[in-house]
Amino acid sequence: MIHEKVAAIIDKYEGDHESLIMMLQDMQDSFRYLPEEALRYLGERLDIPMTQLYAVATFYKAFSLTPQGDHTIHVCCGTACHVKGADRIVDRLERELHVKEGGTTLDKRYTLKTVRCVGACSLAPIVLIDEQAHGRLTQDKAAKLVRPKKTA
Amino acid sequence: MIRTWEDLQEIRKRGAKKIHPDKIKIAVGTATCGLATGAGDVLKAVREAVEQCRLDAIVAETGCIGYCQKEPILDVCIPGFPRIFYSEMTPAKAKQLVEALAKGEHKPEWALGKILSETNLIDESVFNYTMEKAPIEIAKIHNLNDISFYKKQFKIVLRNCGMIDPEDIEQYIAMGGYHALFKILTKKRPQTDLIEAVKKSGLRGRGGGGFPAGKKWETVYKAPGDVKYVICNADEGDPGAYMDRSVLEGDPHSVMEGMIIGAYTIGSNHGYIYVRHEYPQAVRKFTKAIEQARELGILGKNIFGSGFDFDIKINRGGGAFVCGESTALMASIEGDVGEPRPKYIHTAEAGLWNKPTNLNNVETWANIAPIMARGADWFASIGTEGSKGTKVFSLVGKVKNTGLLEVPMGITLREVLYELGEGIPEGRRFKAVQTGGPSGGCLIVDTFGWKHREYLGDTAPPAVSYVTESLIDLPVDFDTLTEAGSMMGSGGMIIMDDTSCMVDIGRYFLNFLKEESCGKCTPCREGIRNMLSILDGISEGRGKPEDLDRLVEIAQVLQDASLCALGGSAPNPILSTIRYFRSEYEEHIFHKRCPAGVCKALIRFSIDPEKCTGCTVCVKACPENCIEGKKQKPHRIDEPKCIKCGSCQEVCKFNAVVIQ
Repeated sequence: MIHEKVAAIIDKYEGDHESLIMMLQDMQDSFRYLPEEALRYLGERLDIPMTQLYAVATFYKAFSLTPQGDHTIHVCCGTACHVKGADRIVDRLERELHVKEGGTTLDKRYTLKTVRCVGACSLAPIVLIDEQAHGRLTQDKAAKLVRPKKTA
Repeated sequence: MIRTWEDLQEIRKRGAKKIHPDKIKIAVGTATCGLATGAGDVLKAVREAVEQCRLDAIVAETGCIGYCQKEPILDVCIPGFPRIFYSEMTPAKAKQLVEALAKGEHKPEWALGKILSETNLIDESVFNYTMEKAPIEIAKIHNLNDISFYKKQFKIVLRNCGMIDPEDIEQYIAMGGYHALFKILTKKRPQTDLIEAVKKSGLRGRGGGGFPAGKKWETVYKAPGDVKYVICNADEGDPGAYMDRSVLEGDPHSVMEGMIIGAYTIGSNHGYIYVRHEYPQAVRKFTKAIEQARELGILGKNIFGSGFDFDIKINRGGGAFVCGESTALMASIEGDVGEPRPKYIHTAEAGLWNKPTNLNNVETWANIAPIMARGADWFASIGTEGSKGTKVFSLVGKVKNTGLLEVPMGITLREVLYELGEGIPEGRRFKAVQTGGPSGGCLIVDTFGWKHREYLGDTAPPAVSYVTESLIDLPVDFDTLTEAGSMMGSGGMIIMDDTSCMVDIGRYFLNFLKEESCGKCTPCREGIRNMLSILDGISEGRGKPEDLDRLVEIAQVLQDASLCALGGSAPNPILSTIRYFRSEYEEHIFHKRCPAGVCKALIRFSIDPEKCTGCTVCVKACPENCIEGKKQKPHRIDEPKCIKCGSCQEVCKFNAVVIQ
């Protein structure tokens, strides 16, 4: 299963070394992390040593080597968000979800991360949940975003 | 396929009809900033309402007109009416607006502004809207260009953002797009002429360094070799700057046209655009733009039948700040770890795959087509002696009007902050403006720092480097900002008020750089870490008198010995804050106080019994349940339990929560 998926990604980029980062991104999207087995297979197929794959996979923020939650929360920590209290929002979400930044909740629902800047600075502070941006947050509003919705 | 001028004009006519159709057009600004405020729901509401009311109207999507503060924004064109922009829409308001339009009514009270005529930047043609059917209340709506946020703006790079559908190449052509390229390619203008034009225009790289673009183009052109590359740097890493995202989302073709002209000039057939992966929408829009350009024969083999071949590939970045540095970016395109290399040999001579490479950023590329269309002299007539043209700034932070603005170089900070930005909200005081991202610095915009020193009873004459006068009247261009100890960078302007602590800001940037330093060279890797540990000490009340000198000393090493600009400019935020806000550092070090009330270890929260009305809102908001208080009795914070999260302060409507 893993091999087929990786093979399809390699074919998409015609096995071009130049597209290594794009392939890893597609792998990250499809597995939600980079499983060791997938990396080993990719290395064999493209004849890239595992050391180099590891170097690339750990250098860029877009990749993770551990499984991620179903949803990724990115708290923007750009300068504008920082002066408008992004730190407080990170603190609050850490307490709300009982994870540290970078961690995944026990129920595997959320992974909490910070991001450098999502480029919507005029609406600071911002939190992204997957690709959906939520702007002009307060601690309370941020906490409400991640609380389980009450079912009527 | 476009082969002749007539083909191009045919498409231009079609595109123009879509921009100004003969029926109602409602366009929703759905760039990232719009979507973050709910433009997606507004778009849905508009679509549903149009269908319900059976209104004969076109519903479209567009980019951002820059006034992000007022998002979501609707752009409504009605035949016989001026173009009207409605701001701060909600799904409910959007529905009401459509219902009103269906009845032939309007909602002038929600309007941000109107446009009566549009002048095309490329060919100076004018499109006039009519007022013939518009009632008097429409005439009373402010002209968009008269409201303070737009009054001093001059749009070159942002010319089409928010005005056209970015996903429709025909609309870009209708705005005069690809006309300059067509003329250059079909008339086979000599490459040296084009280089001369860029040189004469005085265009400097907009990514931060401000290197003269024409000079770079010339070096690449003259470099030997058959294979050369063109790269667009869209790895907009500076936090607080987002103009490149907005251009890619709102007008991708303007960047592409610049790149094709650049490729023809230096003799390149392969281009790359390196976009941050944090900008998924920009990647999507540019991908679509490439496809459309290929269909019309604007990219690919034999462009416009001229015999010139060129194509562009998109690379998504991996989320590393250092990849905005040219050599690191090239390493990343090659599929490697994005570490910079020494630049004894310029990338213009040996860049990507060791071939001559012309790398410019998004904003620089977007300036090229207008320069070619209107001429170098026109461009050079805008701006200051050393910095020509306009610059897009993102005005963000603690300022009333936030958004993207494009102004001629040389505008003063005062004009930007007080006129376009309309000052600071909530009656607070301006303190500083931060420009240039982590490589830039904080500039004092008020004499607050000095006054504060006086207030502390420190009457000793200031050190030579201590600037006491305000820099509020500083003209903004590449050179003056560098002289003042900051830099232009990519154009982020983050406004800070008296609740922003400069020690904290310094720490923030060092923390940023500590994580983003690639670790290849020692001064950067270790220097940043050491500076940060000193600053951590200062902000936690463990500051020592010799700390400031030590910081300056380490900063010197970083500046002298780092491999790339990330390390070399890393001390700027610290040096500039020490230079302009020394008293604030001293307050932390000697009195263990944080005057701005930010550094957690040095502050305590309490409730002012005079101001507290006993509304219990803070009691409910406190996540640690450490506020005691009954209704209509002053509340009290149980200090040992308080985690200083500031929730109570955020919710208090009476400013009763005090930080000491």
